[in-house]
Amino acid sequence: MALPQAKHDATEARLEGLTRLPGGAWLSAAQDAALGRFGAMGLPGRRDEYWRFTDPATLNAATAPSAALMTITDEAPIFGDIDRVRLVFVDGVFDAAASDDPDLAGVEIERLAEAGKTDIHWSRDVYGVLEARGQTPVRRPFAALNTAFAQDGVLIRVTGKAARPVHLVYLHESETSDAILHHCIKVEQGAELTVLENGPGAARFNKVMEVDIADGGAFHHIRAQGRDHERRAMTHVFARLGEESLFKSFTMTANGVLTRNEAVIEFTGDNASAHVAGAAMGDGDFHHDDTVFITHDAVNCESRQVFKKVLRNGATGVFQGKILVRPGAQKTDGYQMSQALLLDENAQFLAKPELEIHADDVACSHGSTSGAIDEEALFYLRARGVPRAEAIDMLTLAFLAEAIQEIGDEAIRDEIHTRLEAWLMRRRG
Amino acid sequence: MLEIKNLHVKLEEEDKAILKGVDLTVEAGKVHAIMGPNGSGKSTLSYVLSGKNGYEVTDGSATLLGHDLLAMDPEERAAAGLFLAFQYPVEIPGVGNMTFLRTAVNAQRKARGEEEMSSAEFLKTVRQKARELEIDADMLKRPVNTGFSGGEKKRNEILQMAMLAPKMCILDETDSGLDVDAMKLVAQGVNALRDAGRGFLVITHYQRLLNHIQPDVVHIMSEGRIIKTGGPELALEVEENGYADLKAEVA
Repeated sequence: MALPQAKHDATEARLEGLTRLPGGAWLSAAQDAALGRFGAMGLPGRRDEYWRFTDPATLNAATAPSAALMTITDEAPIFGDIDRVRLVFVDGVFDAAASDDPDLAGVEIERLAEAGKTDIHWSRDVYGVLEARGQTPVRRPFAALNTAFAQDGVLIRVTGKAARPVHLVYLHESETSDAILHHCIKVEQGAELTVLENGPGAARFNKVMEVDIADGGAFHHIRAQGRDHERRAMTHVFARLGEESLFKSFTMTANGVLTRNEAVIEFTGDNASAHVAGAAMGDGDFHHDDTVFITHDAVNCESRQVFKKVLRNGATGVFQGKILVRPGAQKTDGYQMSQALLLDENAQFLAKPELEIHADDVACSHGSTSGAIDEEALFYLRARGVPRAEAIDMLTLAFLAEAIQEIGDEAIRDEIHTRLEAWLMRRRG
Repeated sequence: MLEIKNLHVKLEEEDKAILKGVDLTVEAGKVHAIMGPNGSGKSTLSYVLSGKNGYEVTDGSATLLGHDLLAMDPEERAAAGLFLAFQYPVEIPGVGNMTFLRTAVNAQRKARGEEEMSSAEFLKTVRQKARELEIDADMLKRPVNTGFSGGEKKRNEILQMAMLAPKMCILDETDSGLDVDAMKLVAQGVNALRDAGRGFLVITHYQRLLNHIQPDVVHIMSEGRIIKTGGPELALEVEENGYADLKAEVA
């Protein structure tokens, strides 16, 4: 099927500046297939069903719009107190000197740029595979583009319980950088890994993470997208869950003129559990989009989505979340909650919650709300002597609490809470 | 302590007068009670004094130790020593009771230019006062008033009062929704705070709370005015004859 001419031209222009990572047989094949998928889809437009609330123009543009750099001096780098393996990417380019030795028992860590040169690699069963599965029924052109043109990334195979988290650090040092990173994580039977991420570190950042969890495996993901306001980020997490496996992902976003985080999760084994949560705070021209698609194709699986956004001064929040229960996916327990706290009348929240259920013995619930600070609660706090600004911050953090509670690790939970509190404090004036 | 003169208040949103000239003085060390039928303006008086939105003062004044209450924000009134025990304490999911208490105590201290209470001192004090009110550790850890029973909420109000040690305490229908045991516990908490430097204004519909918190002065409020003032015997009279007789008598 041919694309309309305008879309075809824009798509061609977008591809012009991109180069493929030189690869061996497995990577080349994956890139070819992805390029085919992308070519057939073309770039998204505002009329596409899942792009009505977020304008893809700056993601579609042939070159990345520039983004001023931000030097943070009033906060220590996040996750600094955690014993972890740091892997650093500067504007999407791996920085070996700044990274730790990737030596972690039960965990093999390789760079895509290196392992991609081989002809046979375990990641051929993951790289672009989960992404391709996630292209139906909803198209995700930037993910296909990523698979075809990723410049680097990490390939992580987990065979045991990792003693330390792997921390992917993304630094932004060039005003015009246009980074494409692609990570694959294979969690083998009964293995367990935590991945921390912070960034995004580029003027325009396109990142895909594919996570394949075998039976009894567990994967924890905590991501902080923070403070670097002018950057644009388009991220995808694709996860496939085997029997009795666990997937947990939490994202904190503070600032950013454009962030779209897609999570595409598929249950293929019974009795598994997936939680995706996010706490986002934005001001002014902040635009934040969570797009989630969860497919239940196994029995007795539990999925939970908890997304909270705090919006002020005209900031925009978007939530598009879907739970699809395939025929036979009985005993599914699906929960979806998206809420926005609008701190003034100019902020807006656009939500599109969807349930599609083809099994008769399931429990699915969803809710979506947007509202202002509760005046009764505010008066109660003030009547006890808490100044108005501080009381609003307390209520704002309370609003985010349900999402933050999704983080299993107490120390990380506290750190995220502290960062969010600091964000609010900086705006108190 | 608290001086209210000729206070006139109307609802902001509709042109409806609620208080039509209230005069009331509560002296330090005294417990004043305000009784009155539903809709007489008792709760409005407590809200206006504590600074709730939605009311417009059209005439009169209210001062606490000489400070113009009506010109202050709610948090400033609290720091100046005013405390309202709410008729309906608000549930605040996501804010831990202890965090809330500590923030309130220290915010008031900070506003008064005093040193903040240390963690150790705070913990020690709160545990002791909670024990007296039979508030267990779990209630302290839970989010503010969230899922609390009626009695737990009222005890939590008194705990806040004890921790904040205000100069002027207003109790708005603290007896509503309480069984006898809970009421006794709450009354004990209030009585423990009675001292020569503190004033109380106890708002209640029924006389029974006043069996446990003995007032020095009883006022009867009706249709936005105080229509009669007397000693504790006035409360008994209401209990006996209802408000209708009193209103007729004054009219």
